[in-house]
Amino acid sequence: MASSTEAPPRRNRTPRRPGDRIFAGVSTGSGVLILVALAGVAVFLVTEAWPALTAPAEDIPGGEGLVVYIWPLLFGTLISAVLALVIAVPLAVAIALFITYYAPRSIAKALGYIIDLLAAVPSIIFGLWGMNVLAPVTVDPASWLSEHVGWIPFFAGPASSTGRTMLVAIIVLAVMVLPIITAVVREAFTQTPQLHQEAALAIGATRWEMIRMAALPFGRSSIIGASMLGLGRALGETMAVAMVLSASAGVTFDLISSENPPTIAANIALQFPEATGVGMNTLIASGLVLFAITLAVNMIARAVINRRKDFDGAN
Amino acid sequence: MAKRIEVKDLDIYYDKFLAVQGVSMTIQPRSVTALIGPSGCGKSTFLRTLNRMHELVPNARVEGSVVMDDDDLYGPNVDPVNVRRQIGMVFQRANPFPTMSIYDNVAAGLKLNNKRLKKSDMDDLVERSLKSANLWEEVKDRLHKPGSGLSGGQQQRLCIARAIAVQPEVLLMDEPCSALDPISTQAIEDLMLELKTNYTIVIVTHNMQQAARVSDTTGFFNLQGVGKPGELVEIDETTKIFSTPAQKATEDYISGRFG
Amino acid sequence: MSTSLKTPEQDPDLNTPLGGVSLTAGQLPRSAAPTTLVAAGVAGLLLWLLADWAIVLCALLAAAAYVVIVYTWSRTVEGPRKATDRFVTALVSGAFLLALLPLISVIATVVTRGVARFDAEFFTYSMIGVTGEGGGIYHAMIGTLIITGLATLISVPVGMLTAIYLVEYGRGKLAKAITFFVDVMTGIPSIVAGLFAYALFVMVFGPGVRMGLAGAVALSVLMIPTVVRSTEEMLKLVPNELREASYALAVPKWRTILKVVLPTALAGIATGVTLAIARVIGETAPLLVTAGLTDGDNFDPFDGRMTTLSVFSYYEYQSPGLFAEASFDRAWGAALVLMIIVMVLNLVARAISKLFAPKSR
Repeated sequence: MASSTEAPPRRNRTPRRPGDRIFAGVSTGSGVLILVALAGVAVFLVTEAWPALTAPAEDIPGGEGLVVYIWPLLFGTLISAVLALVIAVPLAVAIALFITYYAPRSIAKALGYIIDLLAAVPSIIFGLWGMNVLAPVTVDPASWLSEHVGWIPFFAGPASSTGRTMLVAIIVLAVMVLPIITAVVREAFTQTPQLHQEAALAIGATRWEMIRMAALPFGRSSIIGASMLGLGRALGETMAVAMVLSASAGVTFDLISSENPPTIAANIALQFPEATGVGMNTLIASGLVLFAITLAVNMIARAVINRRKDFDGAN
Repeated sequence: MAKRIEVKDLDIYYDKFLAVQGVSMTIQPRSVTALIGPSGCGKSTFLRTLNRMHELVPNARVEGSVVMDDDDLYGPNVDPVNVRRQIGMVFQRANPFPTMSIYDNVAAGLKLNNKRLKKSDMDDLVERSLKSANLWEEVKDRLHKPGSGLSGGQQQRLCIARAIAVQPEVLLMDEPCSALDPISTQAIEDLMLELKTNYTIVIVTHNMQQAARVSDTTGFFNLQGVGKPGELVEIDETTKIFSTPAQKATEDYISGRFG
Repeated sequence: MSTSLKTPEQDPDLNTPLGGVSLTAGQLPRSAAPTTLVAAGVAGLLLWLLADWAIVLCALLAAAAYVVIVYTWSRTVEGPRKATDRFVTALVSGAFLLALLPLISVIATVVTRGVARFDAEFFTYSMIGVTGEGGGIYHAMIGTLIITGLATLISVPVGMLTAIYLVEYGRGKLAKAITFFVDVMTGIPSIVAGLFAYALFVMVFGPGVRMGLAGAVALSVLMIPTVVRSTEEMLKLVPNELREASYALAVPKWRTILKVVLPTALAGIATGVTLAIARVIGETAPLLVTAGLTDGDNFDPFDGRMTTLSVFSYYEYQSPGLFAEASFDRAWGAALVLMIIVMVLNLVARAISKLFAPKSR
């Protein structure tokens, strides 16, 4: 693949047919349009957020300035996404292993499809499910946790009586990112070179030893990349968190009390319909922060996954 | 139909890499010209310069001239699409269009170029092309089935029918039998001998017996050395090349001493 | 080493050929694991029925019992390596079953609560003048169709042409940049896409603007990268030989792409587009900030608020009307309709790729 920006040296210019010229132009134009749109996302968000960045502190909702406004949101966003990942990644790896190596061949594909179905469920439905089904179920276990292991900061309590806590939001997020991570990891496992697997089995390895010797090392960077993709998704998830979490601005590690920090995305969804003036600009500024974080996370994820692609050539 | 091609001092490049150097030859009309030589010596590359398929590779280019009758194929303002309209090509692996029926594959050259023909004329043309390719009897009952359902040899003859349906002057064949069994090969070789009464045919082949059987003129390509570009060693009447070649390298190759 | 149950690696005498160990030595009977599983299951069931403990707790206890029994049994008979293998097998299978729980629970809940409002009125009435019971989602269904349709109209041409550029024309820095940013775009949070569309329309129409078109633009931002990705994958699968065959017939490049390359890849592209539609049709957040909500029919995407199923469902739940239960029923009903649409789209996508992809004979 030669890639140089200048036109290839040609002895004589061949005429291009008008059809070709137009078609190539339109295709290239579409590609450029995407770049322009993405630049537009950044520019418009900055323009609309600008009044909030320059406004005096007392004009910002809460009256103490932009940083004080955004900080609890950012904290809530990060803690919910990271903890959701802590739950989802081991599960996703286990599910990918189950489908690739443990399930009978004939139904493996169907099982993969079932997990993909989870990804297709709209987030509003997860929101309804989370607040109506999952939240009530967690009330009793949560109070048990606060009584018996309350010394762990996460379970300090007092337990919420509605169950609409950070813990439930985290579980819902974990369920939502699970299929995304599973899909990428499964892809990597199915690409594990047959040769390595057979080599391991031929020296008398059990199935688990074969997985540890061949599959896991091969899939490691995919697991990392997939986790980052899941993180990006969890950071930006809006409706499910907005509906499940009964938020009250406050920075706390306590996952089961009724005092919960909101997330950026959920806060936008909740406040937007009533926001005006600087309030609106502030929301967009918080959206800009979210955009920057997810952008960074996704770029790292892509870099990690693509680096694995380079190694594929060696096999 | 059938035209003469004059190649003069042709250098073929992939970007900065010189692949084939200084080829000059005359390809006679209504005859079969075979190009033989070891792998990687540039005979297929050369063949693809004859209908300007070579330049589809990014940054590939040529220097020198290829003149068909009086037209320089690489002259300024020459549209490669028009070149390919007159010089057809058959590939190493049969490549019928999978989304089209047998009938549509043969008609593809005209249909894709948006030529509107009366249904009866189109039927005639398809039948004539398939008959020329000795395929008509085998497929006439399933013209509207996908072409990918045919056997390898049939597919290759379908590709030949597709190439001659646009009535080209010249037919280029890039190892057309290398993926076929002996019986299908025989069928294609017979076909070539029939087709040369109407077309100029250039064939690249690894099979020296095949070159001896079907061609009137044979050109021998070889590498000038390890890592050096390929060249045309000599070209002459087939009987002469296979009995008393002028060059030592040709004799070595033909007698199987290398390659 | 007093036990006779040696595994080959524990054998200190390297001169003893491994073949000396019986091939069936140290093996649990084949029925060991299933029997244990059934036993643990029955024990769990009894606990639930007799002791009246929470069903989840019983299931967890049964699972834990199974793991402990099989592990220790295998360790004493088969040695630690086999035991670890069995342990991991149980763990991994358990993880899969655990993941099925929310899926089953979600589907069961939505179906049971959603069917309450599956009556004629629900599908033929809007919410105009409805404060208590009754009312319907007719306006929301049409709104969803219009906005998703518009988004598809924008995304499919742009996405497909971009993919064509990347596969057929793209070289050098521009193509690399586009590939990279399409990847990045895949990860834009949907709420940010909504804010973008809102900010864009504010520049043109002034603050507080809400219209269907803005929603369609927001959805397009989410849809385009999916369309580009799937089209690109499919175009790359078209063998180069077909392009060459077409060029050799003197067909210009653009016609080759339109008449040979695209038809060959069409089934795959259609599958990708259907999945992309399924992905955005259930979006809520971007529509909340761009298209908003209205009680009546508004089928003009260029003027005024426009209701979609997801936003409707959200508001019915978040701010219920006079009779809360009636509102909740409508919310679940709309959610069920939405889920049926998404599932049908997924099945259609599967069917397209199954029916049209392998084309021989």
